[in-house]
Amino acid sequence: MNLERITEKLNILADAAKYDVSCASSGSKRKNENKGLGNASNGICHSYTEDGRCVSLLKILLTNHCIFDCAYCVSRKSNDIKRAAFTVQEVVDLTINFYRRNYIEGLFLSSGIFKDADTTMERLVQVAKKLRTEHKFNGYIHLKSIPGASDELMREAGLYADRLSVNLEMPTEEGLKLLAPDKDRKDMIQPMDFLRNEIIQRAEEKKLFKKAPMFAPAGQSTQVIVGATAIEDDRAILHSANHFYKNFKLKRVYYSGYVPVLADNRLPALNTAVPMVRENRLYQADWLMRFYGFRVNEIVNNDQPHLDLDIDPKLSWALRNMQIFPVDINKADLQVILRVPGIGLLSAQKIVSARKFNRLNWEHIKKLGVAVNRARYFITCNSNAYERRDLTGTRIKQFILAESQSKYLKNKPDQLSLF
Amino acid sequence: MTTTLVYDGSFEGLLTAVFEVYEHRLEYVKLVKGEWRSIALFDNVMQIVTDESRYGRVLKGLQKKLSPSGMQRLYVAHLSGIDDADSAALGYIRYVFDAQQNIEEDYGNRYVMRVSEIVKMMRREKHRMEAFIRFQKLQDGLFYSVIEPDFNVLPMLIRHFKNRYADQRWMIYDLKRKYGIYYDLHQVEFMEMDFSEGQGAANVISSFTDDEDAYQHLWKNYFKSVNIASRKNTKLHIRHIPKRYWKHLTEKI
Repeated sequence: MNLERITEKLNILADAAKYDVSCASSGSKRKNENKGLGNASNGICHSYTEDGRCVSLLKILLTNHCIFDCAYCVSRKSNDIKRAAFTVQEVVDLTINFYRRNYIEGLFLSSGIFKDADTTMERLVQVAKKLRTEHKFNGYIHLKSIPGASDELMREAGLYADRLSVNLEMPTEEGLKLLAPDKDRKDMIQPMDFLRNEIIQRAEEKKLFKKAPMFAPAGQSTQVIVGATAIEDDRAILHSANHFYKNFKLKRVYYSGYVPVLADNRLPALNTAVPMVRENRLYQADWLMRFYGFRVNEIVNNDQPHLDLDIDPKLSWALRNMQIFPVDINKADLQVILRVPGIGLLSAQKIVSARKFNRLNWEHIKKLGVAVNRARYFITCNSNAYERRDLTGTRIKQFILAESQSKYLKNKPDQLSLF
Repeated sequence: MTTTLVYDGSFEGLLTAVFEVYEHRLEYVKLVKGEWRSIALFDNVMQIVTDESRYGRVLKGLQKKLSPSGMQRLYVAHLSGIDDADSAALGYIRYVFDAQQNIEEDYGNRYVMRVSEIVKMMRREKHRMEAFIRFQKLQDGLFYSVIEPDFNVLPMLIRHFKNRYADQRWMIYDLKRKYGIYYDLHQVEFMEMDFSEGQGAANVISSFTDDEDAYQHLWKNYFKSVNIASRKNTKLHIRHIPKRYWKHLTEKI
């Protein structure tokens, strides 16, 4: 092994892959039944970078040579950077050796498009195939589906990979036209559509024949860049995400706050801050849609095209819908309790379980893990002490903000001075 | 009046103590782990002799009233070694026997809540170890790791590592509690070693395989390359990997 050369390649190709934010290694159920190496089930974050993101997979590009020239991408053709390419064997060796040392859950392999879509996809599939067949590797494999690759290659990829993903990059078609004129949204949707059908069909087969091979058991995901263009507001982004969850059965949509890497007059200037708060709010909204039973229209709509930056979208929804509150924690349906700010998925379930034994009071609720400082404005329980004042949404927001110590608020004094 | 029960600290000992509580209709009890002799000075001390016919009956009774996962949670709480874990478990067990229905989800009860908290702490530590263990490959092919977890989670790690690394020999050693688990390609065994005097942990470095250094170097480089400097968030970083774990993490050394 030429350590110096491999190190250089790894640095270049990991650096180029890091803007892909997906790091999930969960959702699969690949077992180690052949006394081989590894398994994939719930996902583990083995480390965290200094920016606080999880490191779960060896996330690299096979190569950063690319025939495309997308404005938002560091690897674009016209960008003057160092280029490198791994061989199939090099990726396999790195994956196996990192995995054996418990550094990673598996491999996330993406690539710049060299020559054409099929050649690139074929090479990605080769890596996965080699890991699975020659090394009996049962760890997690996430492959990028290269837009425009043939159905046969996609099918083969699905047989070896746990998850496949196509990055939509821009939340809307207009955004894509603006920043990546050589790319066509149809090419991205086509493999997604093919895989959705294939996954459904294979899952049916698997129900009938236990021995039928797994096909992308962790499903598909995608990523959209946030804040690269001004035309894409939160409403457009979340509606687009909702569309893909509903119609393409995606497991996850990732939101990637645009990191200014290139000078281009279509993009935010190089010194612009990464929209981290906005990204965080989008993820919160995404969770509300997937786990809390919120419809996308309740979170963002024509009157409310942007998510609040100073408070989370659930609190924001509650303040706009004060007529529903307060709810009685000892009587309300789980679905209603889930909508109370300060009550999460787990504490909502615990409340519903625990109240069968005892009528719950503030002490109980606090012990169950509820953020009472927020929830107290929206609930009553087995106690005479409750919020009696008829507060307006604005007042509640003011009280909650005054007590909270969010790291975001310190940087946003202008937002506080509004009231 | 409070009666002090001295037991051997094992789960079976704890269950035997429960038996005595019911046998002698004790109301206020205090559990103390340790030797009979050293605490014999107190009044109202009762020595618990771990006894299969006694704890067996308690176990059977519990199995009737608890789900398998409820049993598991009791055991995990005991395993933690946290000061009040066994007394919380005792309170929990008494509540189980006193109640008509299954009380596993009665989080309004302080013992049920406390056991649930301890179990949560244990599971988190177990999960952390599954994430933060770093194996180093020795010349004889053994993958070796040293950890210092907050609680005694080693027994809970066996299944995960055995399933995952079925085709390599590995060993995980708990430096704080001075014992380890070793997998020989067939089964996992507990083993005791003392590294404290001279030879030991530090000497292991000299017996690394040739490529161990190379992969550690590559991993450290990878870890640096994936960081996005413009998104630096130290607070979040430390919340995810508290500093006390750093000394055994290849990428943080």
